Amino acid sequence: MKIHQFEVLVVGAGGAGLMAGLYASKTAKTAVISKLYPTRSHTGTAQGGIGAALGNIEEDHPEWHTYDTVKGSDYLGDQDAIEFMCFEAVEAIYELEHMGLPFDRTPDGKISQRPFGGHTNNITGKPVRRACHAADRTGHMILQTLYQQCIKNNVTFFDEYQVIDLLLVNGAAAGVVAVELATGEMHVFHAKAIIFATGGHGRIWEITSNAYAYTGDGIAIAIRRGIPAEDMEFFQFHPTGIYKMGILITEGVRGEGGILINGKGERFMEKYAPTVKDLASRDVISRAIYLEIREGRGINGQNYMYLDVRPETVNKYAVIDGRKRPDGSPLVVTGEQILAKLPDIVDFCRVYLGVDPITQPMPIQPTAHYTMGGIPTNKYGEVVIDEKNTALPGMYAAGECACVSVHGANRLGTNSLLDLVVFGKHAGLRAAKFAKGASFQSLPADPTGFARAQLEQYLKADGKENAFDIGVEMKKEMFDNMGVFRIEEGMKHALEKVRELKERHKHVRVQDAGKIFNIELINAWELGNLLDLAEVTTVSAIARTESRGGHSREDYPKRDDKKWLKHTLAWMRDDGTIDLKYKPVVITKFQPKERVY
Amino acid sequence: MQVTIRIFRYNPEKDKKPRYATYKVEAEPTDRVLDILEKVKGYQDGTLSFRRSCAHGICGSDAMRINGFNRLACKTLARDTGTRITVEPILGLRVLKDLIVDMEPFFENYRSVKPWFINDEPEPAQERFQSQEDRERFDDTTKCILCACCTTSCPSFWANDQYVGPAAIVAAHRFIFDSRDRAAAERLKILNDVFGVYRCHTIFNCTLACPREIQITKAIGEVKAAIATGSLK
Repeated sequence: MKIHQFEVLVVGAGGAGLMAGLYASKTAKTAVISKLYPTRSHTGTAQGGIGAALGNIEEDHPEWHTYDTVKGSDYLGDQDAIEFMCFEAVEAIYELEHMGLPFDRTPDGKISQRPFGGHTNNITGKPVRRACHAADRTGHMILQTLYQQCIKNNVTFFDEYQVIDLLLVNGAAAGVVAVELATGEMHVFHAKAIIFATGGHGRIWEITSNAYAYTGDGIAIAIRRGIPAEDMEFFQFHPTGIYKMGILITEGVRGEGGILINGKGERFMEKYAPTVKDLASRDVISRAIYLEIREGRGINGQNYMYLDVRPETVNKYAVIDGRKRPDGSPLVVTGEQILAKLPDIVDFCRVYLGVDPITQPMPIQPTAHYTMGGIPTNKYGEVVIDEKNTALPGMYAAGECACVSVHGANRLGTNSLLDLVVFGKHAGLRAAKFAKGASFQSLPADPTGFARAQLEQYLKADGKENAFDIGVEMKKEMFDNMGVFRIEEGMKHALEKVRELKERHKHVRVQDAGKIFNIELINAWELGNLLDLAEVTTVSAIARTESRGGHSREDYPKRDDKKWLKHTLAWMRDDGTIDLKYKPVVITKFQPKERVY
Repeated sequence: MQVTIRIFRYNPEKDKKPRYATYKVEAEPTDRVLDILEKVKGYQDGTLSFRRSCAHGICGSDAMRINGFNRLACKTLARDTGTRITVEPILGLRVLKDLIVDMEPFFENYRSVKPWFINDEPEPAQERFQSQEDRERFDDTTKCILCACCTTSCPSFWANDQYVGPAAIVAAHRFIFDSRDRAAAERLKILNDVFGVYRCHTIFNCTLACPREIQITKAIGEVKAAIATGSLK
């Protein structure tokens, strides 16, 4: 066992972790620990853009961005935090540009912006160009740029270290326990302040856009140490994943004029969102796709739709919608222009589907995409652990693993990248400031005990069960019964199944008993995280008897503000039971009203 | 289809020397080699170790030699490999276990070219302006995902691992030709070295290996030309 001491520890090296590391290390002795090389983080797969009301192409205001985000959240987002994020956004984008991020440019050399779902001109209700982009690899550019800045500023990294446990002493953060993958050795990182930036857990579902690494480690570790998980029933299904594979096809495709088409050749979104149509928010479109499929209007009667960005289709609907270029001339695109704006999408379709999106429509289906819930924090990134928002001293969270909540019941596209840049930065600043005025908590007598016990379980169990099978069964069950549409009996079935799988998981024994890169052992532990979070998600969902944003119930199809305009907090008790409590939503300027696109 | 996959295996805790193990796996033609490796690990041999994350060619974790060519396992489909697949670690970096190699020397080379934006002029209140043409100038090299497919396919790198390698030159190119950056001369000086760009003998392995289809040899050529002429045109 090795012991390290840092003032600030960041766990996770995606966008939020790197931003936190960059800012914390300016004033405090900081380390960033990551189970992946930082550039492998899931931020890199974000495609379409990062939202900010720069107004580079047309009129836009942070106030509009704020309102759109509140509305997108189905009024479950905390409005103080949303306003903070949307007003910080403009500065954050300029800062990224000053760090060298290669945004695409307008003809006059400014950062280029494209329309995205749910982002509107608040006067006309029409889509507004707010998503700042770098082709369809905006996340890649953000991740690379932030990593480059971290190297430039000599940020200390521990790459390929898997964090297993969080140490809390005297009700405050004291450190984390991690396994060095290359050696299997346990390391204790003793710290004054800890920032979790560990990402989401979309690997719970069968069809997912999420990386293998997205196993909800940070949230699972936190709930095992008594920190609640907030709003876990709200998980986003992105409407356009590659059929059967789930690989993300950015909303930017529709921002560039792509249209969703059903099996009858109809542009079905006009029925569901008459004003913004294919640029409605993600929950709305995913539901529309399911409803169309249910009515037998999938392509060839199958469970998928077409996303069509062929120039002839884009140009046809641009005329119908009256879409114009910024200079007022009609929007006419060519195949080359589409390829230039969406090169990776074209590449994915060619490689995985053998389909060329310039000449053929893309088969798509909704895919598990984004964790709206997570570790509860306030707008400074401080982890808050009860209904009264009591802060846990020294503990911070940012990015997808955190629930501020700026996304509420449904996240708008481009707001995740914004979230991690803004809250990663502020968590880093706050943590460093806290560390300057705090002393180290003493470490517990056996700091690695709980972590060791968790891992040793998989070396000692009877081996009656296979982890791979358990994972497959969990993903299928959760996709079938905890997906876009939910109903009580289905969710109860899912809960029973997840609990059965948790029991079976106790019998998993790994074949690999070695120390060096024992990936099998880590995977078995990650599966345990997914199972715990699947259970918390399902329990939270069964309790919420309404439909709101990404949580859509057939037995309770309406939003119920009287009963449910509140955040769920779920605690996993030591005996395995899950307790639910609730806390109010922060409402400042925007009273809830019906949500129509 | 049934696939026979032959995999390079080496566990330093057990094996005196590397070996190959062969597995038979049921696969769909659209399965990725990564899916096949996952099935082997899940059902036949849990000790098989490899890196992976995003599974669609963006994170750069799963570079390996597939039927003799450097590829990402997640971007190579069974219908293209055929029913007999050989998978080995990328060459030129020390094997730590099975398909996992020591990436540190690779990242060290990357860091050596100062792959970060340098411009110490006062920052404007808004963005720095850049024309679409200036932005386009370095677009290709911004695609790099640091998977190491290029560097570990390069015979010059195999011959001498002090060669900075194509990936590092690509990283340098991305900044050298960025009109906003001010440190081109510094980077060109670093690459104007016996282990810099001149180790590139235009073999084009890197270009063929790149899963992002970056025109690497061309980029290296542009860096060589910039050193030779002192001009960034």
